[in-house]
Amino acid sequence: MNYSDFFQMIPEASLVAILIILFVADFVSANTEERKWFNPLACVLMLVNTIVCLLPMEAVTAFGGMYVTSTAVNVMKAILSLGTFIVVLQSRVWAAKSGKEGEFYMLIVSTLLGMNMMMSAGNFLMFFLGLEMASVPMACAIAFDKYRNNSAEAAAKFIITATFSSGVMLYGISFIYAAYGTMYFSDIAASLQATPLTVMGLVFFFSGLGFKISLVPFHFWTADTYQGAPTTVTGYLSVISKGAAAFTLLSILFHVFGGMIAYWHVLMMIVIALSITIANLFAIRQSELKRFMAFSSISQAGYIMLATLGNDWNTSIASLSYYVLIYVVANMAVFTIISVVEQNNGGKTEISDYDGFYKTNPRLSFLMTLAMFSLGGIPPFAGMFSKFFVFMAGVKGADITTTEGAWIYGILFVALINTVISLYYYLQIVKAMYINHSDNPMPTFKSDCNTKFALAICTTGIVLFGVCSFVYEWIAAAV
Amino acid sequence: MFDYAFLILLLPFLSAIVLGLAGMKMPRPVAGFIGTTMLGVLFAMSLYTAYHYFFYTGEYTAMGQTFNVVDGRLASGVYPTVTVFNITWLKFSEFLTFNIGFRLSPISVMMLVVITTISFMVHIYSFGYMAERDEKYKFEEYEHGFQRFYAYLSMFTMSMLGLVVATNVFQMYLFWELVGVCSYLLIGFYYPKHTAVHASKKAFIVTRFADLFFLIGILFFSFYVGTFNYDLSADPSLVGKLTAVATNPNTAWVIPTALFLMFIGGAGKSAMFPLHIWLPDAMEGPTPVSALIHAATMVVAGVFQVASMFPIYIKFGAVEQLHWIAYIAAFTAFYAAAVACCQRDIKRGLAFSTISQIAYMLVALGVCFAIENEEGGLGYMASMFHLFTHAMFKALLFLCSGAIIVIIGSNFKEYMGGLHKYMPITNACFLIGCIAISGVWPFAGFFSKDEIVSACFQFSPALGWFMTLVSGMTAFYMFRLYYVIFWGKSYYEEDPENRRKPQEVPFVMWGPLVFLAIISIFAGWIPFGHFVSATGQSAEIHLQHFHFSSVAWFSLLAAAIGISLATWMYMPKNNPVADMLAKRMPVMHKAALNRFYIDNVWQFFTHKVVFRFFSIPIAWFDRQVIDGTFNFLAWGTQEAGESIRPWQSGDVRHYAIWFITGTVALTLVILCLI
Repeated sequence: MNYSDFFQMIPEASLVAILIILFVADFVSANTEERKWFNPLACVLMLVNTIVCLLPMEAVTAFGGMYVTSTAVNVMKAILSLGTFIVVLQSRVWAAKSGKEGEFYMLIVSTLLGMNMMMSAGNFLMFFLGLEMASVPMACAIAFDKYRNNSAEAAAKFIITATFSSGVMLYGISFIYAAYGTMYFSDIAASLQATPLTVMGLVFFFSGLGFKISLVPFHFWTADTYQGAPTTVTGYLSVISKGAAAFTLLSILFHVFGGMIAYWHVLMMIVIALSITIANLFAIRQSELKRFMAFSSISQAGYIMLATLGNDWNTSIASLSYYVLIYVVANMAVFTIISVVEQNNGGKTEISDYDGFYKTNPRLSFLMTLAMFSLGGIPPFAGMFSKFFVFMAGVKGADITTTEGAWIYGILFVALINTVISLYYYLQIVKAMYINHSDNPMPTFKSDCNTKFALAICTTGIVLFGVCSFVYEWIAAAV
Repeated sequence: MFDYAFLILLLPFLSAIVLGLAGMKMPRPVAGFIGTTMLGVLFAMSLYTAYHYFFYTGEYTAMGQTFNVVDGRLASGVYPTVTVFNITWLKFSEFLTFNIGFRLSPISVMMLVVITTISFMVHIYSFGYMAERDEKYKFEEYEHGFQRFYAYLSMFTMSMLGLVVATNVFQMYLFWELVGVCSYLLIGFYYPKHTAVHASKKAFIVTRFADLFFLIGILFFSFYVGTFNYDLSADPSLVGKLTAVATNPNTAWVIPTALFLMFIGGAGKSAMFPLHIWLPDAMEGPTPVSALIHAATMVVAGVFQVASMFPIYIKFGAVEQLHWIAYIAAFTAFYAAAVACCQRDIKRGLAFSTISQIAYMLVALGVCFAIENEEGGLGYMASMFHLFTHAMFKALLFLCSGAIIVIIGSNFKEYMGGLHKYMPITNACFLIGCIAISGVWPFAGFFSKDEIVSACFQFSPALGWFMTLVSGMTAFYMFRLYYVIFWGKSYYEEDPENRRKPQEVPFVMWGPLVFLAIISIFAGWIPFGHFVSATGQSAEIHLQHFHFSSVAWFSLLAAAIGISLATWMYMPKNNPVADMLAKRMPVMHKAALNRFYIDNVWQFFTHKVVFRFFSIPIAWFDRQVIDGTFNFLAWGTQEAGESIRPWQSGDVRHYAIWFITGTVALTLVILCLI
């Protein structure tokens, strides 16, 4: 083993360094007075990490092909690191109240580390280790409010279903190993054949990642877990975890199962249509905001995966990365607002609690509206552009005169119809805030400066990432 | 060398943002001061740019291209087309990209100067105009919405500058729409007034309707030609693409059609008949706005557009379309001049005069049939020249009328009369404007207008005589306006006890007037053909060397007749001849007063034809079919949502069952494909 390979894992090394610094800082700061510096420290570290990820890095292969990166992976790592930075930024008050900031930040960072490993794996074993490395701290984070029943229940459901899905996925990986005698992505891709064994391996493996991305029919845990978990963790779960898994799935589909594109296109078509439609049907009926956002995130996952319907790796990965970036800013804006409202009003998260919110907190309502518009894909906000680009990636190479091409266009049409439906429920929130009358709306409150800063970043993203085309151009050029 | 050029777009944009977002928090004069200072900087930058563009000797690079110029000209004797920057904003396909850029060509540099000069003057002038005054005309405070006014003005300036430096037709369209929005906002500036709101809506809808054709034209053009670029000298591949389209018999129709559709958009903005109906009503906006937008800059966007496309018109088989433009414009010029002879509202009179003068410019473009200056391309230079001089003296006239309105408090001629005693400076400036627009030597209008008439004679003598007639009418209606305002029966003197005594406006208002008046006197002596001509080569304007042709003598004669007629009819205290004519020909007079009922024709057309035969069926379709579909969708969604509710039971065992069932089912489906 060549130890110098460690030096090539810069983003991971940076995260490990952060973990160690946080650990030591946690160790030496005993009282509340000293802990005041904890959140700024974590923020600065995550910001540094984001900048590190943005540095131009070569594509590397290390440890005999176990660890493989490409420029696309580096872009995604930077996006996820930015998302984590926003999560850390907005979590200050909540984490300080819990008195266990150290644990929380370490859990979050180790999850990110696991995801980074998963995204840059070159081998199924490495991939699986990365996945689990992300899962276990995630479950801990979900159970962070451990004396609150909901949180514990959410974590239990998450860990049980995650274990179950891991089992199914391992089963699928074992099929693949049985068929090809290797776990290396490149070796499998070289000798890939569409045998029934491979197909079973593919679908079983897919279900494991489908669970992470919460695609229908692997999504059932999502609503319960999102609702029960602390809001900050839900935010993290809904964007970072999902983005990493979606990226990995696309990457493996193209790079390992590239020879079976016709088969997994069918698979993805079914799952996308189901995810978008069924999630929308559920979302319409939700009265609890976090649960509502859970279904919204399932439907968004379906949109993200539209990128897999293309046959051009560069377009697909660029549009997926861009979608995740926009989704990070829009969803984090929503969850930041939910979180700050929850903290200032004794845990109110029902949609009806937001009646008349505009009268008392006009600025937050306005930002929430922008985020909802972006999620619903209303121009000129970034969400419209991200949807446009995944649609574009989806039809790339699709020829409407062939059966498959016609199906792809059909799926895009279904997605389009669902955009209209999704608009309805996103606007429900806006309606509650602006139009619905309430006798005692939530009192006016002031949010802390960290939250304000996080919201400022998110809003900038929502407003500018779409119209400033160089954001997409940059991603497309970088991948 | 022009690296700073992005600031020309960025500064007004920033000022609009700052004034728009934070304006209400700052004191009114501060907001105005910020806007005006910024415009002053822009004005200086434009002059600097123009100076360097036209007179630089040496070498400079822009976008990787090196230009070796002597006195601004390349070795081939033409001014270079300098693309300062060109950023890809949206990529439609490999070849078709939407760029935002900044391009300097002779006409865009000229427009930069025109826009910033007038805009700067208007910014200063508005300090005096947009103010509340007491009985003695003493300044009390700046008007409500002063900050908003300056924010809009900045926004408009940015949009107009973006339009004239556009590197492609899509960018032009984008800024085209932006100036439309700014115009809408400024016409409706006094939004509590119903008439202002109606006028702003009318302007927006009419121009927007015309812009639809512009967009369709752009779509045709880009679909077949495969690019949004229109500048032949900036994009060497464009000639090949256009030739391919023009020579293919199946697509030969594309370029003329697309260009004419684009012109319809231009006709909307430039108020050509029958789309002129919005411009007179647009006078509901504050008068400085009328001067800036509805006289000098935005309304000539259509002329600018045709001029930008001019080489394509000539070289790729659209000369006939160019001549259609000339006929439409010639009719408009006559029609508007006829209406202008009878208006009671001085601003509306000026508005019709503007329509007539813009039509002049379009006639000049339309009568061209070749690129060469002396063999059929003279009109291009003449048109741009007139655009330049007209912008100056028409802005001057509007600002004068604004000064009068501030003092009189009304737009109607009945409340004026005899003002020359009370407002000497305004009187002099207005008179200079009138002489300039009438085409009297040696004022600005004489040179530019006579170039236009000469170009018309080159094309067809009939059109030449016609335009000479219209220029006589111009002199008549302008001097009529002048006399009814400044001479004749004085409204104040009829009852001096109870009526306010008029007086001269403050310096902040007459300063810009004097500045523009000086330009109006001398602008004709600019060797304009040296800078702007169809070929790009230097062209002589013979009039400037006292080579008066017979055309010029006839024009002068027409102007003299018009002025004398106006003097005879309107100079005395009572206007017996005018009253008698009005009584003798009541039908004609009433028709002219009502703008020959064109507004009513549109009213009839929209209400009785469009609404009844299109809107009502479409409304039905919308309510029944489209809404029905969506209601069905909503109902179906609700029902389906209700019925699948039990799936999400909260029981983890069920989740596992669904999970494994789903996996197996998917596996089976895929296995079936093998």
